[in-house]
Amino acid sequence: MPAHALFREEDIRFDVDVDPVIAALEKILPDEGLVVHEAGRRAYECDGLAAYKQLPLLVAIPETVEQIQGVLKCCHEAGVPVVTRGSGTSLSGGSLPHPQGLLLALGKFNKIIEIDAERRIARVQPGVRNLAITEAAAPHGLYYAPDPSSQIACSIGGNVGENAGGVHCLKYGLTVNNVLAVKVLTMEGELTTIGSEALDSPGLDLLALMHGSEGMLGVVVEVTLKLLPNPLTKQVLMASFNDVEQGGHAVAAIIARGIIPAGLEMMDGAAIQAAEDFVKAGYDTAAAAILICELDGSDAEVADQQKAVEACLRDHGASRIQVAQDDNERARFWAGRKAAFPAVGRISPDYYCMDGTIPRKQLAYVLKRISEISATHNLETVNVFHAGDGNLHPLILFDGNQPGQLEAAEAVGSAILQLCVEVGGTVTGEHGVGLEKINEMCVQFATAEINQFHAIKAAFDERGLLNPGKAIPTLNRCAEFGRLHVHNGELPHPELERL
Amino acid sequence: MSDQDQTELLKSRLAEARSQAEPVCIVGQQSKSFYGNAQVGTPLSLAEHTGIINYEPTELVLTARAGTSLADIEKTLAAEGQSLAFDPPQFGGRGTLGGAIASGLAGPGRPWLGGVRDMILGVKILNGQAELMRFGGEVMKNVAGYDVSRLMVGALGTLGVITEASVKVLPSAVSEATLVQTPDSDVDLHALSEQLLRAGRPVTGLIHWDNRIYLRLAGTESAVEAACQALGGEQMSATESRAFWTSIRDQSHPFYADTQAPLWRVSLPPKAPLTGFTGECLVDWAGQQLWLKSDMSATALRALAQEHGGSATLFRGHLDDCDAFQPLDAVQTRLHQRIKQSFDPEHILNPTRLYREMEAA
Repeated sequence: MPAHALFREEDIRFDVDVDPVIAALEKILPDEGLVVHEAGRRAYECDGLAAYKQLPLLVAIPETVEQIQGVLKCCHEAGVPVVTRGSGTSLSGGSLPHPQGLLLALGKFNKIIEIDAERRIARVQPGVRNLAITEAAAPHGLYYAPDPSSQIACSIGGNVGENAGGVHCLKYGLTVNNVLAVKVLTMEGELTTIGSEALDSPGLDLLALMHGSEGMLGVVVEVTLKLLPNPLTKQVLMASFNDVEQGGHAVAAIIARGIIPAGLEMMDGAAIQAAEDFVKAGYDTAAAAILICELDGSDAEVADQQKAVEACLRDHGASRIQVAQDDNERARFWAGRKAAFPAVGRISPDYYCMDGTIPRKQLAYVLKRISEISATHNLETVNVFHAGDGNLHPLILFDGNQPGQLEAAEAVGSAILQLCVEVGGTVTGEHGVGLEKINEMCVQFATAEINQFHAIKAAFDERGLLNPGKAIPTLNRCAEFGRLHVHNGELPHPELERL
Repeated sequence: MSDQDQTELLKSRLAEARSQAEPVCIVGQQSKSFYGNAQVGTPLSLAEHTGIINYEPTELVLTARAGTSLADIEKTLAAEGQSLAFDPPQFGGRGTLGGAIASGLAGPGRPWLGGVRDMILGVKILNGQAELMRFGGEVMKNVAGYDVSRLMVGALGTLGVITEASVKVLPSAVSEATLVQTPDSDVDLHALSEQLLRAGRPVTGLIHWDNRIYLRLAGTESAVEAACQALGGEQMSATESRAFWTSIRDQSHPFYADTQAPLWRVSLPPKAPLTGFTGECLVDWAGQQLWLKSDMSATALRALAQEHGGSATLFRGHLDDCDAFQPLDAVQTRLHQRIKQSFDPEHILNPTRLYREMEAA
């Protein structure tokens, strides 16, 4: 468990009389659809951010939209917080339960309602796994582009909630760029369809607002998304560099040439070694960094681009360039990158995965600072990096059984995120804020902005019942956190009384 | 005209308007003053709040003040072989970055290249309380906080005065060509577009007008050349091709010249039937956008669009008792009211321009 309390006093202000709520919910939910006993609730106490644990008050496992609607109406009337959960793979505590709240588990909403190959549209329930969509589309020569690394397990509802990215979003966009419409229930239990199968819909872009809203604005009960035709050709190149900075320059050069690769990933020396020890992908363990570049398109396009990319890599001092000769080799080049997290799991008892995004030109400076920050806390950091779009995933290695190491890892993580903001980036590129990065939000946003976020939240959920305490910090939280972070001599949130 | 930062001036004007409870009508170069419901309030001009603040070709990002003209931005980008992928209209050769975002309009490449919402990375806005706020940023991936940047797209200034924006820019296609074909029978633009896409053809425009199909191909030289050879049809010269697509985007094409009947924009799902939409029409976006000069009643047109899963916007012209945009359902109307209230509690920013109902507290 983290050293600090997960929820603040203002986040747990709810006064819930649980017995009448149980009685009401039992009428709405199917048998075994309401988990009251502690052992059953324990199974839901954490998500992908396993260091944070919290037992929910109740767990509801509805099977129909009407049942979700009933649960929401009931909770709205009784003032019970609701936290929605899909597969529970959030890396930021997005679906961590609320101690006074109901955990709304949508695992049973796992049906693909329709694959319309002709129109390249899929309609799915929110609990459908990301990869299952691509698998269902594959017989039609189609796929769903966003591919977060947890795609084998993570659900599409959660992808909307977090605006999930992945390796291929450099060229094909994030979840928000690939979803056409969502059916949403408001906290009051009212159903509406946001977006449409058309390319635009009248009114404000509420569809964009739902993406990355971390379950704070509504409950997504159906998702309509666009599918893409499989690329005719793919090619993967892997280049080694003797220093990370050269690799960073090569990335900029490829883009300056007018090429947007389907994927452009970098790993540092420590990550290469860990991955190679784990999957034996034939990675160049002598390199300080490797760059993996995937190109896709028609044969002619890919051939043109491959030539240009090879030239860029050579011009920027690549010590070795390998071009995959067949599908097996392409898979092998990717294997180490895709297994980077579990590979790191083998070399360290615990690791803490961060998710900042930075302007690419700051890469060399940021990596240097990360290693300095880690060193001051006697920890090591391994870096994998969505190089094309500047999204860093530093993995901070620690041993949770050693006193003080988790706290040190959290301190390193926090410092890294603040570094990302300092160089013009953001505290989260694709994992979401959840509870994990909520303090660092105070560094990225000023009071007026945080107030605006809260006002947007209130527009959807007046009583603040959906996922309380997540994503947007209260000003009191910022005041407390801000004591440590005086920026340019200015006290953040000066309007607040300091106690 | 030299670039200048008028943020403080805009802020104080807005604060003044707020203290007087006097609505403002946000304007740039007035290229889209016809669009949306009638303008209300004292003009708040961003026309002189101009200048590109940051442009880094290798970061694929451009940040500019809202009043910066699209033409200036395009010129700067073109010097580096890049462009605004969403290809915003420049009606009458005018238009600003702020206006492009606030209107959310995109050119004929929209189905293949994405729209404004796909390219916006960050904004600075003044909300209705004259508070300057920054959302998003200059990086490609950013999920910190609600996506206020995208919420500004198409909001027609009802939620905030955009003072600055960062957009993703992309390398321009090296090669471009347009093929003109005269089809024998009824055209299924959707099927044609799908067939081309699956064959890896670099389609970026597909229009049906006056019994001709206009197909734009843009990409690497080899891909465009191969497509032209394989597909056939009359090929426009490069100059003709650029002029044609610009005339569609900016509505200077002869189709748009007659302004007697109101001009409707009907947005439809892929493969939606186009039957029943009576009047003269230009079919854009491979059948997903219908430009229609029609005397159909607004009610009938909107009902038909809705039946097909789309919507109809009264784009140009006036009809009694007809708002510009398709009405929303009750839940979304309420959300629009509350969101408006959260940004602009005094209702001073472009009131009623998007929906009259948004002004009900």
